[in-house]
Amino acid sequence: MSTVTDVRPPTGRTTELLLLVFAIAIVLLAYANVGLSTSGSLPVGLVAHGVGFLVVTVAFHLVIRYRARYADPLLLPIATLLNGLGLVMIHRIDIGTGSGAATRQLIWTAVSIAVAAGVLWLVHDHRVLRRYTFTAMALGFVLLLLPMLPVVGLEINGSRLWISLFGFTFQPGEIAKIALTVFFAGYLVQTRDALSLVGTRVLGLQLPRGRDLGPILAAWGLSVLILVAQRDLGSSLLFFGLFVAMLYLATERISWVVIGLALFAGGAYIAWRLFSHVQTRVDLWLDPFAPGLSDQVARGVMGMAHGGLFGTGLGEGYPYETYFANSDYIVASFAEELGLVGIFAMIMLFALLVERGLRTAIGAREGFGKLLAAGLSFSIALQCFVVIGGITRVIPLTGLTTPFLSAGGSSLLANWIIVALLLRISDHARRPVSERPVEPVRRAEQPVGGGT
Amino acid sequence: MNTPIRRLALLVFTMFTALLLSTSWIQFVQADDLRQLPQNRRTLLDTYSRDRGAILVEGNAIADSQPTDDDLRWIRTYPQGELYGHVTGYYSFTYGAGAGLERAMSSVLAGTDDSLFYRRVVDLVTGTTPTGAAVETTVDPQVQAAAAAALGDRRGAVVALDPRTGAVLAMVSHPSYDPNSLASHNLGAVEDAWEALNADPTRPLVNRTIAGDLYPPGSTFKLVVAAAALESGEFAPDSLLEGPQTYTLPGTSTDLPNFEGGTCGPTDEVSLADSIRVSCNTSMAWLAGQMGTEALDDQSQAFGFEQDIEVPMPVTPSVYPEDADAAQLALTGIGQYDVRVTPLQVAMVSAAIANGGEVMQPYLVQTVRDGDLDVIDETDPSRLSRAVSATTAQELTDMMVDVVDNGSGRAAAIPGVPVAGKTGTAEFGTSGAAHAWFTGFAPADDPQIAVAVVVESASEDWTGESGGRVAAPVGRDVLQSGVQR
Repeated sequence: MSTVTDVRPPTGRTTELLLLVFAIAIVLLAYANVGLSTSGSLPVGLVAHGVGFLVVTVAFHLVIRYRARYADPLLLPIATLLNGLGLVMIHRIDIGTGSGAATRQLIWTAVSIAVAAGVLWLVHDHRVLRRYTFTAMALGFVLLLLPMLPVVGLEINGSRLWISLFGFTFQPGEIAKIALTVFFAGYLVQTRDALSLVGTRVLGLQLPRGRDLGPILAAWGLSVLILVAQRDLGSSLLFFGLFVAMLYLATERISWVVIGLALFAGGAYIAWRLFSHVQTRVDLWLDPFAPGLSDQVARGVMGMAHGGLFGTGLGEGYPYETYFANSDYIVASFAEELGLVGIFAMIMLFALLVERGLRTAIGAREGFGKLLAAGLSFSIALQCFVVIGGITRVIPLTGLTTPFLSAGGSSLLANWIIVALLLRISDHARRPVSERPVEPVRRAEQPVGGGT
Repeated sequence: MNTPIRRLALLVFTMFTALLLSTSWIQFVQADDLRQLPQNRRTLLDTYSRDRGAILVEGNAIADSQPTDDDLRWIRTYPQGELYGHVTGYYSFTYGAGAGLERAMSSVLAGTDDSLFYRRVVDLVTGTTPTGAAVETTVDPQVQAAAAAALGDRRGAVVALDPRTGAVLAMVSHPSYDPNSLASHNLGAVEDAWEALNADPTRPLVNRTIAGDLYPPGSTFKLVVAAAALESGEFAPDSLLEGPQTYTLPGTSTDLPNFEGGTCGPTDEVSLADSIRVSCNTSMAWLAGQMGTEALDDQSQAFGFEQDIEVPMPVTPSVYPEDADAAQLALTGIGQYDVRVTPLQVAMVSAAIANGGEVMQPYLVQTVRDGDLDVIDETDPSRLSRAVSATTAQELTDMMVDVVDNGSGRAAAIPGVPVAGKTGTAEFGTSGAAHAWFTGFAPADDPQIAVAVVVESASEDWTGESGGRVAAPVGRDVLQSGVQR
């Protein structure tokens, strides 16, 4: 932008546009690559899809330019690149298996970006969300519990995570993740003093009062409920990890982490003792090639090995030999066809995305924004770790979607909304003081300063 | 609140680092092991998705890939079937690339070998579908056919070498098998064939020329003992050796007889040359005692014993026992006790004598050609070792000519062609059964082909000298097919 004639700090919007075009160019190259290697010709829809993708994302860029001009310039290009590569891989696996997931994912991409733009447009200041702290809590709980209802609830592959409405399936847990992060942030900003300052010291740890244990026990209980009722290890781990992390951020008390880890360890041990499907996961983690067990982990690992350092090339491998190749295991599909080099690049993209989010949190000028930005960023990091770590045997496989990559509309929608919220907070954090809007929230609490 | 956010960032950094490490571990450190796993369908699908290179004998395919309509896209065919079974090996969807050149040259045939890297880069740039490389063997189809015909239905092995280069001219091991039966895409039939071949007590899947259970060499080993004696400088072809009717093994009361209990000459002393000609046991056992374990071990190794040789199939090393006592040492002199050889090793002994004392590295692959028939790799003959001096080689040649002209190997004579040879009858087990051996080369004055023949269990008792009767005629047919070129 016209930084030469203006004393305003750079907004980064030109950088964003250039990176966006670059990201789309990479995606289209990959798309062309798949077409050439599988059918020997360029994909029929190359131009149409390319133009469509460009129009939708550039429209988002224009919304940012108009409504959040100081927002972080890397978030949109990274999300676009990951989303686009995910689309290419889903399309590539469609070719291998004859399914039609890519078209659905394409529609969801457009819808998700539109909704994200809408969120950015409507939520003029993220602090507004703080008014809805307990609404967010209620929304989060309802969304989480929806799949357990009869009629609308839907069980797939032994996990009850979906609802089915008017022929559409949706995983409400993904949206619940955002609602609960908003709730955690609002609630913890309010109660952080009580949670952090009161209590007795035991062995160098500041222990909280018994009555302040309520929230963490509630979060733990919710996680256990998800685990038992929905058989969803991944979400359970994600919610609880997110809550403990945000509790620590708000209170700066290591004791909460210790209590959280102890509760987690206890819960995990009991789950392992009680549930055979948890035991199976652990056994598969220790030895994926154990005879008599599922070869799900083994197939993923063999696929990755087949890719080696440089990969087979898009369209040249056998990613569909792995179960859930375009959803839970899409990272293994990328590792096979793009190689270690490619998967490194993609992990670095995620790391960069999370890093920009945490930087936004550090730059944010009040506690709610800090907690929300850090929580949303950490949820992406944790989700990547749980799913990629599960595939590569760092931890037992739990089954989560990979943000932006996996086939599945709810996950895509949720992650684009997260990007919109991070854009909004970063715009607020980077905006020069002279241009900052008046805080719309009633000044009930003193704004929390930056450093501690 | 910024300090805990920074600490959280550190945790995030650790988590992503863990992912980078775990992916590296799988895709780099463990990758090869994971690719080799038998349940890894990708590796199999990968090898079947491309045109595997042909194996050629004088330009004609003995293994070739034909396109099919089924999922595997290519089927491997072996136009000559059993005749080249042990040269080609088999290429089976179920059992992989097994034995022979299919296994030893698998990455080249598949087109994935490092030596084909630049070719693949070119294919990548030009968009050509990558194909495997073709392997042209050194086998002479006439010699191979003659060897298979001469051996017939009997169990045994024939190896023929070009003594000047080490090129393998024939590699026949009977019983053989038809690799087509394992390459079929009818997986049920393949499984049946596989089980039948493995259950067969005659073990048709074993390539007896290089990789079977090693054989005792019998009297063919006398060539090595004679070579050591001549090289020592203490003995000449006309040196007299102690050759009584029976030889009492040192330190025992066991008597070692000659074949058919006969004598080796008119007196109890017999020359080295006559000992080789009539294959005298007593004098050669005595000579082994004179030479000692170390000299015989060194001489064996100079001929190629105890070395890891690849042709490119790995050859089981032949062994000379280093722990023999005096009586056992005497027995090694006639190729008994724990001396164990492959037929290829025996052929290498004859080839070295034919080649003025130099052992050439044996090889089966002449050239490797890519899809455009450009030569990628060509084998240059290379010296493996010097076994004996040229003088010793000439003296041994003269003795071996005498074996065929006037001794135990008369059945190997070819009219008009001087032939050098040595027979052997190797007792094994306690039943008195014996393997018949012949090794030699022709023409003796201008060697073009060296051969080793073993026919298993040719003699049911200890009394017959079956090497000359059973194995020498096979050797003659093979040598004849080689010199008539």
